[in-house]
Amino acid sequence: MEKKSLKGWLYLLPALLFLGVFMVYPLVDVFIYSFEEGYNSASQTFFGTGIYNYRYVLRDPYFLQALKNTFILVVITVPLSTGLALLISVGLSSIRKLRNLFQTVFFLPYVTNTLAVGLVFMILFKQTPYTDGLANLILGLFGAGPIDFIGGPYWAKMFVLCFYTVWVVMPFKILVLTSALASVDETYYNAARVDGASRWRIFSRITLPMISPTLFYLIITGFIGAFKAYSDAVALFGTDLNASEMNTIVGYIYDMLYGNSGGYPSYASAAAIVLFAIVLTITVINLLVSRKHVHY
Amino acid sequence: MKVTLQNLTKKYPGRGKGPKTEVIAANDLNFEIPDGKLIGLLGPSGCGKSTTLNLLSGLQTPTSGRIFFGDEDVTDLPPQERGVGLVFQNYALYPHLTVRQNILFPLQNLKGAARLSKEVMEEKALEAARLVQIDGLMERKPAELSGGQQQRVAIARALVKMPRILLLDEPLSNLDARLRLQTREEIRRIQRETKITTVFVTHDQEEAMSISDQIVVMKDGVIQQIGRPQEVYDEPINLFVAKFLGTPPINVFMGRVKNQRLYIGDADVLEAPGVADQPVWAAVRPEGFILEKDGPLACALTGVEVMGRDITVVATHPDCENTAIRAIISAENQVDAGAHTVRFALKPHKVFLFDRDAGARLL
Amino acid sequence: MTKRNNKETARKTVVYALLGLWALMVLFPFYWMVLTSVKSYSAYNAEYVPKLFTLSPTLQNYADAFTQVPLADYFVNTLIFTLATTAIMLVVTVLAAFAFSRLDFPGKDLAFTGFLALMMIPTELVIITNFVTVTDLNLRNSFWGLILPSVTSVFYIYLLKENFAQIPDELYYAAKVDGCSDFRYLTRVMIPICRPTIVTITILKVIECWNSYVWPRLITDDEDYFLVSNGIQTIRESGFGRENIPAMMAAVVVISLPLIVLFLIFRNKIMEGVSRGGTKG
Repeated sequence: MEKKSLKGWLYLLPALLFLGVFMVYPLVDVFIYSFEEGYNSASQTFFGTGIYNYRYVLRDPYFLQALKNTFILVVITVPLSTGLALLISVGLSSIRKLRNLFQTVFFLPYVTNTLAVGLVFMILFKQTPYTDGLANLILGLFGAGPIDFIGGPYWAKMFVLCFYTVWVVMPFKILVLTSALASVDETYYNAARVDGASRWRIFSRITLPMISPTLFYLIITGFIGAFKAYSDAVALFGTDLNASEMNTIVGYIYDMLYGNSGGYPSYASAAAIVLFAIVLTITVINLLVSRKHVHY
Repeated sequence: MKVTLQNLTKKYPGRGKGPKTEVIAANDLNFEIPDGKLIGLLGPSGCGKSTTLNLLSGLQTPTSGRIFFGDEDVTDLPPQERGVGLVFQNYALYPHLTVRQNILFPLQNLKGAARLSKEVMEEKALEAARLVQIDGLMERKPAELSGGQQQRVAIARALVKMPRILLLDEPLSNLDARLRLQTREEIRRIQRETKITTVFVTHDQEEAMSISDQIVVMKDGVIQQIGRPQEVYDEPINLFVAKFLGTPPINVFMGRVKNQRLYIGDADVLEAPGVADQPVWAAVRPEGFILEKDGPLACALTGVEVMGRDITVVATHPDCENTAIRAIISAENQVDAGAHTVRFALKPHKVFLFDRDAGARLL
Repeated sequence: MTKRNNKETARKTVVYALLGLWALMVLFPFYWMVLTSVKSYSAYNAEYVPKLFTLSPTLQNYADAFTQVPLADYFVNTLIFTLATTAIMLVVTVLAAFAFSRLDFPGKDLAFTGFLALMMIPTELVIITNFVTVTDLNLRNSFWGLILPSVTSVFYIYLLKENFAQIPDELYYAAKVDGCSDFRYLTRVMIPICRPTIVTITILKVIECWNSYVWPRLITDDEDYFLVSNGIQTIRESGFGRENIPAMMAAVVVISLPLIVLFLIFRNKIMEGVSRGGTKG
């Protein structure tokens, strides 16, 4: 028995080491950091403990801007992408021809480098002295524009950010929803057809309730993912997000840690914990709502 | 509602290319279901009975042929316009809806003039639930019900809109043996009360025999025989039907007809009037054996099973196709279980002769 | 009957139009990326109204991308980072999953619960201390600094453990009777049986590594250790000495290509793996 128990832990040792050093310890540490006032990363000293860091962060206009941006992004992209993905998945499930091709194409954004493809979106939307960009060309067809989506008004920038975010998160949602739809037992549809249910009724009374657990899973992960938005914004607007008013909460954390404004791990920790608290609250609310509405 | 099937054919494209690989699931079916009867579609798996049911419900469309409900040609109507009730093998109860909501579902789908008021819907749902005796379970979810109860809910859901015909796909196959017996009586009762023309599919001949007004025996997409259960049992049209009906199964011997007499091995066992000299299959129902000291058919005795009213004599014979002959005789007979051989005479009306090649009935 | 058919045709048309539209949305950026990368610098800048095609494609931009910026170095760095991280992850994951699924030891249930709890911890929360730790260890601007904190994925351990647990116990007892050691049983029986899952987590980790941006950005400021994501950001901000968009797009194509090729080869594996529980980011 002695030998056996030793052996089990031995196999587990590498995982424990990695997780201990890079997950468990930091998890404890981040709370400590967040309460250490005036921490100096060069001398590794601090003045005292307290909630000053939180007060600082919550009053920092950059953080408030990031908070606002993130909330707008979440509120727009989560319902939009989930709804659109549902629409596309239902369409995809109703066809035979070209289905595989469409599925493959729709999944492509998942395997692309967010930073790299973001550059393409940037040049599509950017207005420069040499060109208005393709997006403005299309806007021109409707008699509008031109607008500089990358360096121009706030809502134009927010539009591109939302657009790109939706583009990036769609593959995962389409994939998950398509497989959820495929797993609904066909006899339910046959039964409903014999019972004379219309297409819409079959969808709203049978399909939707049957995939509701998946739908809620997507909404929850969608919220979590959108709250952590960062690299999409960097791809579109560059690393200095504060300058372009497009920073996100995660972006604020990293800026506090490193870069031109960096060197404040205590502020970063406080911001990270605020983010975590927000995400946790939203997730709990989501779960409560889903318990009420997911039927089985 | 009388139901008529006219030259009904359903072909599936096969895996390979060309007409040779296609599968004919239903081949030129012709029959008429009289109004208000209970019909059992019977056959081994893959015989086309489920396809036939799906063609009736409209879930599948025939390759050719017509279906009539009464005088109305329904062949091109989609399922929702046919007015059929269908009970699925796995019941297909919507798991997220309660029993009441499940039963209400078909009514809520009605549109226009056919639409009922809420109160009438509730009333009808309750009525259907009472008919199958589940009115005490209305607020439960399907997962909280036993298999038998789920089955009843499925039947109630199929009946609630007063379908023109009721279709049941293997209705008893998911129930345990005891429930099966009880439920089949239940189905019979409900059918009698509602007088709805009912077709049910089964591979269990006992089930079909016990409750059907008529049975339709199918094999490879072709109807073998149609008739009242007892008729089909007593006068099977071919070897397949004879073998498919009856428990224990019929005992099939390799025999020969010579000079209007049937020989099994060298024994002259029975007369065969009007049958030309030829090799035949001689099939004997288990109850067709008479224990006789110097009966013509000698078999090697393997065992005796006493079952109260009856005795089953288990024996073997070199010319018998079955691994064991099972003969059922009255318990008043005395059988010496220690004996090596047992001798039988045969009851003429329990013996059928079939053509050795095609299996067609000769006598 | 014909009325029904017409309605059906109309419905189908709408569905295909919708799907086609989204396919266009997805593919267009890729098309634009490739198109721009083969336009010459002067031609691109001369187009005030961008053209949807080009008649004189050039590969000059690709040459520029490899010669004027250290794209090849970024590429090699990413390759080293991806391979090393994935390899270490595999060893750690397989051993841990084996311990959880096959071995018995005191405290196992507690340890596993702890593992599950860790699945919910967001990276953003621990990255701060990791940054400080790696800095203190003087591992900034080194491969070890890049790799070590990126190794662990609790989710993959969980996935593989579930798969290992499906192997019937009888196989283990049979192997024991035949005198097979635990480790040999792991390498000769469990790993081959669960190969599909192992391939899946390998591919998912490769995708994750290839696209990782945040950690490498924090931990490297020396271009010699830049990965492709950071490289592309640098190219964008200080790239070719001037804003050379065609050359930038050439770099973007080169960076995107490996994963797209990998995807087209392992399409089913990747999609199955992702639907079993991958999320982007």
